[in-house]
Amino acid sequence: MDFNQSADENLFDHARIIGKPHTRVDGALKVTGTAPYAYERHDVADNPLVGYPLGSSIAKGRITRMDATAARNAEGVAAVITALDIDELPRAESNVAKLFGGDIIEHYHQAIAVVVADTLEQARAATSLIEVEYEETPGEFDLDDAWKRLQDRDVVSHVGDVDAAFDSAEVTLDETYHTASQSHAMMEPHATIADWCDGKNMTLWTSNQMIKWTRKALATTFELDPANIRLESPYIGGGFGGKLWLRADAVLAALGSRETGRPVKVALPRSFIFNNATHRSGTVQRLRIASGKDGRITAFDHSAISHTLPGGSGEDAVNQTRCFYAGENRRVAHHAIDMNLPEAADMRAPGEASGLAVLEIAMDEMAEKLGMDPVEFRILNDTQVNPEEPSKRYSDRHFVECLRKGAEVFNWSARNTTPGGKREGQWLIGQGMAGAYRGAPTLDSGARVRLSEGRLIVETDMTDIGTGSYTIIAQTAAETMGLEMDDVEVRLGNSAYPAASGSGGQMGAASSTAGVYAACVALQGEITKRLGVGSARFENGQVVTDDKRVALRDVVPNEELVGEDTLHFGDFKDELEIGTFAAHFVEVAVHAYTGETRLRRTLTVVDAGRILNPVTARSQVIGGMTMAIGAALTESLNIDSHRGYFTNHDLAGYEIAVHADIPEQEVIFLDTQDGASTPLKAKGVGELGICGGAAAVANAMYNATGIRLRDYPMTLDRMLDRLPGA
Amino acid sequence: MKAFSYERIDDAAQAAARAFEVPGAKFIAGGTNLLDLMKHEIEVPLHLIDITQTGLDDITETDEGGVRIGALVSNTALAANERIRRDYPVLSRALFSGASTQLRNKASTGGNLLQRTRCPYFYDTAMPCNKREPGAGCAALDEGADTRQLGVIGTSEHCIATHPSDMAVALRVLDAEVETINPQGQTRRLTLDEFYRLPGDTPDVENVLEPGEIITGVVLPAPVGGRQQYYKVRDRASYAFALVSVALIETDDGKGRVALGGVAHKPWRRDEADAELGNGAKAVMTKLLDGARPTDENAYKLTLAERTLAALLAKE
Amino acid sequence: MTSTTTFEKHRESATTRSAVVLSINGQRHELELDNRTTLLDTLREHLKLTGSKKGCDLGQCGACTVYINGERVNACLTLAIMHQDDEITTIEGVGDVEHMDPMQQAFIDNDAFQCGYCTPGQICSARATLDEIRAGIPSHVTKELNGPIEISDEEIRERMSGNLCRCGAYANILKAINQVAKDQVAKERS
Repeated sequence: MDFNQSADENLFDHARIIGKPHTRVDGALKVTGTAPYAYERHDVADNPLVGYPLGSSIAKGRITRMDATAARNAEGVAAVITALDIDELPRAESNVAKLFGGDIIEHYHQAIAVVVADTLEQARAATSLIEVEYEETPGEFDLDDAWKRLQDRDVVSHVGDVDAAFDSAEVTLDETYHTASQSHAMMEPHATIADWCDGKNMTLWTSNQMIKWTRKALATTFELDPANIRLESPYIGGGFGGKLWLRADAVLAALGSRETGRPVKVALPRSFIFNNATHRSGTVQRLRIASGKDGRITAFDHSAISHTLPGGSGEDAVNQTRCFYAGENRRVAHHAIDMNLPEAADMRAPGEASGLAVLEIAMDEMAEKLGMDPVEFRILNDTQVNPEEPSKRYSDRHFVECLRKGAEVFNWSARNTTPGGKREGQWLIGQGMAGAYRGAPTLDSGARVRLSEGRLIVETDMTDIGTGSYTIIAQTAAETMGLEMDDVEVRLGNSAYPAASGSGGQMGAASSTAGVYAACVALQGEITKRLGVGSARFENGQVVTDDKRVALRDVVPNEELVGEDTLHFGDFKDELEIGTFAAHFVEVAVHAYTGETRLRRTLTVVDAGRILNPVTARSQVIGGMTMAIGAALTESLNIDSHRGYFTNHDLAGYEIAVHADIPEQEVIFLDTQDGASTPLKAKGVGELGICGGAAAVANAMYNATGIRLRDYPMTLDRMLDRLPGA
Repeated sequence: MKAFSYERIDDAAQAAARAFEVPGAKFIAGGTNLLDLMKHEIEVPLHLIDITQTGLDDITETDEGGVRIGALVSNTALAANERIRRDYPVLSRALFSGASTQLRNKASTGGNLLQRTRCPYFYDTAMPCNKREPGAGCAALDEGADTRQLGVIGTSEHCIATHPSDMAVALRVLDAEVETINPQGQTRRLTLDEFYRLPGDTPDVENVLEPGEIITGVVLPAPVGGRQQYYKVRDRASYAFALVSVALIETDDGKGRVALGGVAHKPWRRDEADAELGNGAKAVMTKLLDGARPTDENAYKLTLAERTLAALLAKE
Repeated sequence: MTSTTTFEKHRESATTRSAVVLSINGQRHELELDNRTTLLDTLREHLKLTGSKKGCDLGQCGACTVYINGERVNACLTLAIMHQDDEITTIEGVGDVEHMDPMQQAFIDNDAFQCGYCTPGQICSARATLDEIRAGIPSHVTKELNGPIEISDEEIRERMSGNLCRCGAYANILKAINQVAKDQVAKERS
């Protein structure tokens, strides 16, 4: 099915199931612990061997010697494969750091060996028997140093005359900010069971967000025909971008299986999630804003750097500044600095999460300089077109309504406007807000639906990383085919199924449901053909034409009818800005003596097109906001700039938010539809929640204390000496 | 984790004797820190002696009007004990501020005292650490190191680690004593100050226990009364180690005691600082933190300690 | 001091396996285990009870929370061989798809999970949280150490803080626990 123009009124505008709250169809499996995650597949690979990785203990250099004799002789060990045993594996396009093989060390905890043994206990103990000698070379690990050295900023785009605009501006802001490197820290570590026993056909039961991409990456890495690679990833214990790519777990399990001729399973030890897997790069950002006294922004000038291993792209924090607010003159520059830390790559809302964390503080600072309410300042500078390219209009943008609705529900007008002016006992109370923007991309998405005995099975390689794909896909299929939710079974995450968007870039929900819709329409075509009718409606489990009603189970008894199609998104979208918008409002308490900061409540108002399922969408938004609170207050991969690695590589040292950090969270979805997005008029919300959230916390902290912090995470040591105490 | 042999011994004196006799033996009770360290091969015992059935799990009255806590009493049981809640609330508070319920249910009193530091360089066996491997050097003292959580006082040129226990800070302010039995069956009592060592030249030696000597209990003197508070400051609201913690007892005679956690290799207390309590937080900390040698990254702990105490003193 | 080499020689000759009888969800299991095997790996690998999850293997996430003799603990930080005669209950013993525990149902009703990986541990802790409050065990946030303890949002949040959820379902988990608490009170009254 081609989607070549904005959707008109269609069945989803009169939905029974889409847009209505439904609890998760996979809920019962998850709450009983019976949903099978990758490492737990005793059903597919009985008694597999266990692989355990060894990581490099230096950040940069080469291995000069490895001796695995003792490890090979250790009890239960079936095989040891060291990096020196094989040539460097070819890198897939999507991999920046090398995954395995050869003597070169590119980052700390790069996998340099895998021990395969009968049990985890044996494999783990044997890894420490491997002797390794290195030749270390100096590396670059300090982003601030790089920022100071940087002379020319790579201008990504420049419209108007920014310098002239600043020269003539009545009010200007010019500040520098830092965001920290962050870890996805998903609860399930990367894990894979590999069966590559014959060295030809490879089957991986793995935990991966992107089946199609990863199959392709495996084909490159192991020089295989993709047809010989099978992937299953039906349940994924969180990803957040960390499982978009082929990673060491799959590579080591596959190598181990080929070597031993047995299935091998590998889960990355928790410490590997921080230094072996990918992370979000920290940034240094300078943001300048110019405006007239009336508050109308005349110019933005945003430049940023982030780190990457050579060949990667870092964290592009300036992108949203090109289009979120109005202003005739604008310049953004981003520089990805080659450094020797582990691989920086996508993490939930890559770019915007860091960029809005800064832009939305700057907007707060600007509003204060202007003596304006920060909500009104944003409303004044709203735009309905891409300000860089005014002929490109937003397909459907209700950011102003998000701001107004949020201000009303939060009772924003009643807030204390004097920073540091409200105190309850030993706590300073503050309120803050921020805007949020994230693009709404879509990717062509396919699915297959099979109808038999009135029951429908949906098959697509789309994944559910906690986003609710199982549920919204069941809703889409039930809605389109006129069935009930109970009549639909959804099967995901299998390379044998038609390729969908996968889960990433908050495009999964919109794209994959559109693909399922296309497949259902194909099935409808097959049904009407079989019935010899021109067109029909599908309702109440029946096919309804002008003169007859046939139960779906009776269309062709004892035969399965199949519909398969891919929804292709047309070029017309390129002429539009399609985005999602939100406004966050938060209240914080900051301890007047110690600077401990605790959230009291949050409100997020969302404009993201049709919300397919308010239950699962709401969870996405509060989840994103929770991660934003972590980013604001505690999350930082601490860099040892001498040795070149992230020191706090466990879940005690890398502090994500816990229950006690998270207050009551309210979410309001505006009733909007965006026909330019998909036939369902839906857009994603999976990343929107983290966008801007950290800045809302920062702005509330400023309102509480009168101390403006510009460096994340905003830990107490950054403000302690300026707090009032008594 | 390296392979080890295992046995259970149900008598503390016998366990001590056995530990002395078997090379590389270690006691295991709750195991919540030991197993973690064994997985990292920071601890590599050849033999584990399971002491969980030695019966040291009572909380009893002493003749002096105090309380004797068996070494195996779990952190939860101790914190929730009615006598402790009523007469030694600072101890309950400290315990409840540590770890999670799951860990407190398993962690023992003796094991809590013997927790090892959470210094990230101690925990990463690829990094030099004098505590793990005497003479290897200390990564935390190198330029560019991550020291925000580490010690500010009582440190040495070989180690700036802190002791992570909350319980021990409360015990220190309560003048508790550690009771042990050695392989020869002799018992002794040590104050916490005597029990713990500063890193000095031998950061690997963290306390004065002799080979085979086993902690049998902790003895609290008769209740001191007064207003007792424990304030643990951390980045997130729960389930995190302290940046700084303050145990405070203000007695009715206008005197009191202060101990700090998160700043040193042992719970930190000085008599001359206690004496300043009537003169406010700054006066106390001037004495208590005199001689501190913080890094650029952790100098905030000095301010934080003073402010935390001030917050407690100001509390209605 | 014994040299490292001598040390390791001892290790080679040592008996490093033990027999143990575990009682799990009311069922006896006779096992012969490598002494190093944690209770968590025994459940997941030897008994194929994979409901208890491994998130960190270091007691820092709570995904492996199970009950031992009625108390919640992290199964990753205890050796299986130390649990002879103990009653162990895992999520599989809490309820199955056909017979769900009210807390499991409340988690579904309140969308108290997303990826589902921390969920069995959260549910075990959630049930324990209500039991512990009812048993009068205070927490870090309990105002009065010696008084009665009310079931409050603040109490629940603190007591649940040993169970991390990176999807950020905390606010919904709180709702699920409150729902069960309310139902329990209603049941007691009727």
